[in-house]
Amino acid sequence: MSSQPTERSSRSKNSPASSAGVLERPEEPSAQLNEDRDTLVKIFHQMLLIRRFEEKCAESYSLGKIGGFCHLYIGQEAVGVGAISALRPDDYVLTSYREHGQAIAKGISPEAVMAELYGKADGCSHGKGGSMHLFDADVNFFGGHAIVGGQIPLATGVAFASKYKETDQVTLCFFGEAAVNQGAFHESLNMAQLWKLPCIYICENNMYGMGTSLQRAMSSQNVASKARAYELASESVDGMDVLKMREATQRAIKRAREESLPTLIEALTYRYMGHSMSDPGKYRTRAEIEKYQERDPIKVFTKTLKDNGFLSDSDIAEIEAQIKDEVEKAVHFADESPLPDSKELYTDVYANPIN
Amino acid sequence: MPVMTMRDALNLALKEELARDSSVFLMGEEVAEYQGAYKVTRGLLEEFGPKRVIDTPITELGFAGLGVGAAMAGLRPIIEFMTFNFSILATDQIINSAAKMRYMSGGQFKIPIVFRGPGGSAYQVSSQHSQALESWFAYFPGLKVVMPSTPADAKGLLKSAIRDDDPVIFIEQERMYGMKGEVPEDADFTIPLGVGEVKREGTDATIIARSLMVPTALQAADQLEKEGISCEVIDPRTIRPLDINLIIESIKKTNRAVVAEESHPFASVGAEISAQIAEHVFDYLDAPVKRVSGADVPMPYAKNLEQMAIPDVAHIVAAVKEVSYV
Repeated sequence: MSSQPTERSSRSKNSPASSAGVLERPEEPSAQLNEDRDTLVKIFHQMLLIRRFEEKCAESYSLGKIGGFCHLYIGQEAVGVGAISALRPDDYVLTSYREHGQAIAKGISPEAVMAELYGKADGCSHGKGGSMHLFDADVNFFGGHAIVGGQIPLATGVAFASKYKETDQVTLCFFGEAAVNQGAFHESLNMAQLWKLPCIYICENNMYGMGTSLQRAMSSQNVASKARAYELASESVDGMDVLKMREATQRAIKRAREESLPTLIEALTYRYMGHSMSDPGKYRTRAEIEKYQERDPIKVFTKTLKDNGFLSDSDIAEIEAQIKDEVEKAVHFADESPLPDSKELYTDVYANPIN
Repeated sequence: MPVMTMRDALNLALKEELARDSSVFLMGEEVAEYQGAYKVTRGLLEEFGPKRVIDTPITELGFAGLGVGAAMAGLRPIIEFMTFNFSILATDQIINSAAKMRYMSGGQFKIPIVFRGPGGSAYQVSSQHSQALESWFAYFPGLKVVMPSTPADAKGLLKSAIRDDDPVIFIEQERMYGMKGEVPEDADFTIPLGVGEVKREGTDATIIARSLMVPTALQAADQLEKEGISCEVIDPRTIRPLDINLIIESIKKTNRAVVAEESHPFASVGAEISAQIAEHVFDYLDAPVKRVSGADVPMPYAKNLEQMAIPDVAHIVAAVKEVSYV
């Protein structure tokens, strides 16, 4: 692979034998703690809530309470929470099917998300979308979309509408690195820069598209550098560091709001669980997963907050207890919520029923 | 009423709706500066400016999806495909996003978008540029499919499609852009989607036709009239929702049915109409339903072969005679 014309990244030079990414990067200084305590604690709370929520999802899935496909966000919490924490409430989020965490971060209640996973009437998509199609128009969460890369042109269109309507709302679009190989990604970046649309593309590079490693799927593995083909601003960020994610997104938001320009952010991250609940993960080693868990985003952020005196052990215990309660409430709500009425089968197809 | 071409009637509909509603915008390849590959969008850039009449790169999946996203955020996009053959690249966004968004969001998002452009056969453009794709789109709940056969219908139906809160596939026939007819000037003239029209009244046989097959069927009916067979020609105008009642009532009267279409026969809209006829009015039929379709082959280039691949007056005349046992 020495003939590979890449410009950056020890990853590419090490490939294909090594599947390492994040840890191999030169260590960068930590983000500055120039935030107020409330903001930091809220971010911490959200990350931990998502972690515990997803652990509960795995349990409920095993009990048969959640059906279909179920893709967990464990390990990647810093990406969604960090990025969404930088938004205004009226900004938009579109994402893929690994979206429980982002939906919660954008403001959908854990109750409504869990009820949706349970296929219940009080779910955020009224039981018609399921795990991969969470929606809430009230908080501008414009969906989980389940065709790889399908949400990228959609997000570009939402950003187009903001510009058309002359609002200063921005749109965040999340997708995995495997979506970068889809035409939809390239077509969208081209249009976004051509028409100067306020869209922020966040590639969650967890290094596996289902069971296929990045090295086996992408000829040039530096995702951020692909923006250059379209003259788009881009940066590569440590996606295990929530504050770095937040700051990178803040820079992109400034560019989008003030100059109506798009940005591509590559967040280097890792998923601990399988691609979905049905994936035993035989394509990687336990040792590899454990290596990333050493830099677990919640562990890292907990240490930062403790070292800087923002949280004590008893504060953390209290937050853990609150979250346990929130997750239990979500499960209880989902359990108690009724199944969708059978007449709902034929509603929401058209504005008005046809024939 | 002024007489104008199908092209100009469509242009007028676009112009009136762009003027009526500032959330409507038009986007596609060569729609603005070039004035439209088929000149349907002529003059619109000049009148409405580049914010609302937008030339795109050749990136059909991209701008189809962009349109759906813009619709989610409250706009009413009109997406032109230079021809519907190119919509094949955009089908993921049309089918997986536009058609399903309302349903899978539990009714939270409406997608008021029109995908329009020419379809069907053209003149010697061969296999990849001569396709009737309506059965693909009509298959999916969530989409509406419209195919006008006259300039007046084109204007009234396109205006309704643009005002509709659901995604509409609007297929214009490439050979019919120059066809002339009377068109109401009234800016409030619309034709509701899902309402067909009897294009010619008759008593002996019903011909169900759409798009290019409507004028073809009318010519066939003229010819058959001279031979003593009175044909009723029905144009559903909208494929989905389908005005099946209009078809049923006609067959109850004539007891014979021919379905004429340009598309391939297998799994076509004509197959669906035939099945519905069998379900609803089997006992009224005096002969099996006869279908007249395009040849079940990719469209050839050679002029003689192309002519053989597209149904013509003679095919329809023969089919009506067959169901009439004459």
